[in-house]
Amino acid sequence: MSLKRILILSAELVLLVLVFLLIVGPMMSLLLWSVAIRWYWPATLPQEVGLDYWRQALGLEKSLAIGAVSIVPAFLLSLSIAVTVVAITMLLAIPAGYALAKYRIPFGPAILFLFLMPNAFPQQPIFVNLLGLFTRLRLAGTVPGVMLTHILVGLVFGVWITSATFRAIPSHLEEAARSVGASRARAFFRITLPLAAPGLLSSAVFVFITSLDEFTGTFFIGLPFVNTLPMTLYSSSGYNMQFASVIAIILLVPSILFMTLIQRMLRAEYVGGMG
Amino acid sequence: MPQLTLRNVIKSYGRNRAVDDLSLEVREGELLTLLGPSGCGKTTTLRAVSGFVGLDSGHIYIGQREVTDIPPERRGIGLVFQNYALWPHMTVFQNLAFGLQLKKLPAGGIRDKVQRGLSMVQLEGFEHRYPRQLSGGQQQRVALARALVLEPDILLLDEPLSNLDALLREQMRFEIAQIHKQAGITSIYVTHDQTEAMVISDRIALLDKGKVVQIGKPEELYSSPANRFVAGFMGTTSFVQGKVEQSRGETIWVRTPAGLSLRGRGRNLRDGQEVAVAVRPEHVRFLEAPVEGAVGAAPPPEEANVFPARVVRASYVGELIDYQLDLRGSSLRARGEVARAVAEGKQIRIRLDPDNLPVLPA
Repeated sequence: MSLKRILILSAELVLLVLVFLLIVGPMMSLLLWSVAIRWYWPATLPQEVGLDYWRQALGLEKSLAIGAVSIVPAFLLSLSIAVTVVAITMLLAIPAGYALAKYRIPFGPAILFLFLMPNAFPQQPIFVNLLGLFTRLRLAGTVPGVMLTHILVGLVFGVWITSATFRAIPSHLEEAARSVGASRARAFFRITLPLAAPGLLSSAVFVFITSLDEFTGTFFIGLPFVNTLPMTLYSSSGYNMQFASVIAIILLVPSILFMTLIQRMLRAEYVGGMG
Repeated sequence: MPQLTLRNVIKSYGRNRAVDDLSLEVREGELLTLLGPSGCGKTTTLRAVSGFVGLDSGHIYIGQREVTDIPPERRGIGLVFQNYALWPHMTVFQNLAFGLQLKKLPAGGIRDKVQRGLSMVQLEGFEHRYPRQLSGGQQQRVALARALVLEPDILLLDEPLSNLDALLREQMRFEIAQIHKQAGITSIYVTHDQTEAMVISDRIALLDKGKVVQIGKPEELYSSPANRFVAGFMGTTSFVQGKVEQSRGETIWVRTPAGLSLRGRGRNLRDGQEVAVAVRPEHVRFLEAPVEGAVGAAPPPEEANVFPARVVRASYVGELIDYQLDLRGSSLRARGEVARAVAEGKQIRIRLDPDNLPVLPA
């Protein structure tokens, strides 16, 4: 083996370790913290480990520790909000994305840009304003209010990704379907939609994760009546590192599950055969 | 098989008239090619027939049935696209069966028709492949079969061979012509390749700027071009400029600025009119090498259209030699046998066949 090759190999190894530490490192610390019962300076590792905080978080054990509450209700609430938000957002985003991709819509690019707005500015002023509006509409502090807020934030992923997906599917595939006798609707459902599925799914996952993690909007619109998982994490993290770590890990689980799912879908047979 | 009729079709994009008052008739069972340079309106015309482009005005009939305002799926047309447009998430079988299923045919009938379609394009045994597992030529054959299994009234082919490499393209030309003859479907074929058009067509409609410039059998367009555009588009053509010196019936004498007098055929030309004589390489004949000193001398009167010329460039292209000649300031392309090659720079005598020299308005 030449010296050059050894140098390249060792450089690659160093890079790999760095990447690993940067990405996996923080998560490892979360894992450690979530099982640490006693961890005082200057010990490198916790002095005492156990699943006590996990059991408390999952509501299996009552605890009087500050910030430690059962997160099961918050988790279920977050999950049902996210699922509803995904359903509504995609119902809006699929037709909108399709229209923006396939038809010449006046001010199309401007409309696309509009969806970016809630994410293009500092979010606090936007949500403070929204709170004023929602209070008048009696939506402040309600689950529908929080859902609307999440839809607002998530639509950019919905519309942008779906329109890019539809744009990537050649129009003549639909035209070919029409030429063999398929109506416009049938051509869409039998040809374009299946081909778009991986893109639509990844768009849905982005919306889902955005909703699950959404903090600022929920903070202004939802609190103190709507307590989603990120809200619980926020209120406990100041007092109890272990408990916060447990919530953080639980928040990660759906994301990891969905990312795996997307990867599976993207490897599906037909994606490679476009064109 | 019904015929296809286009009457006064107009379609504009913005201020640009893509199809300009075009009328056309495709006869029963005929394969008509729309030929022309890009932007001539051939694709727009095809898309108007298929129904994906709405007309500004005009009418389209399939047989006696007016289809101008009927959506594509109810026109009874088959379409073959340049980039095949096979559905990547369906197997070859599913691609062919899709349209038949929409017609609610029984499963057995669909299987039979798909089999027959595949055997027509010689792709038996490929039913369960996905499009991406096929070569370009095979994909295009599947696309052709997909259109044919539905037994459409009209078959529309939009530059179906343009994405294939040269060798395969040449082979597929014959195959498509053969399949068309077998199926006997009234067809429109769009291409910008005149050789392809010549091989494949019953008739050719040459389009320019949204209008039909000339329509006829391939040999008619080639040997009797209606104007300079047609002559220039069909095959290799050199033009010699000049003025009509005199005419007798369809025989025209043209005098070039360099003083040569060419005899050719033409119609509706006035004396003194500016014209272009279309010279094809195959109508330039090399005579015996001239005697030195004869250069520049006027040809003997009994031998019309014999001129001295100089070989500017001789390119060996395999089966023959491609010459560029200088005929007193006019550039001519010619072909010669390899065995009797003439070197560059040589003075020679050539004869231009007066019966095959169209004289066209400049």
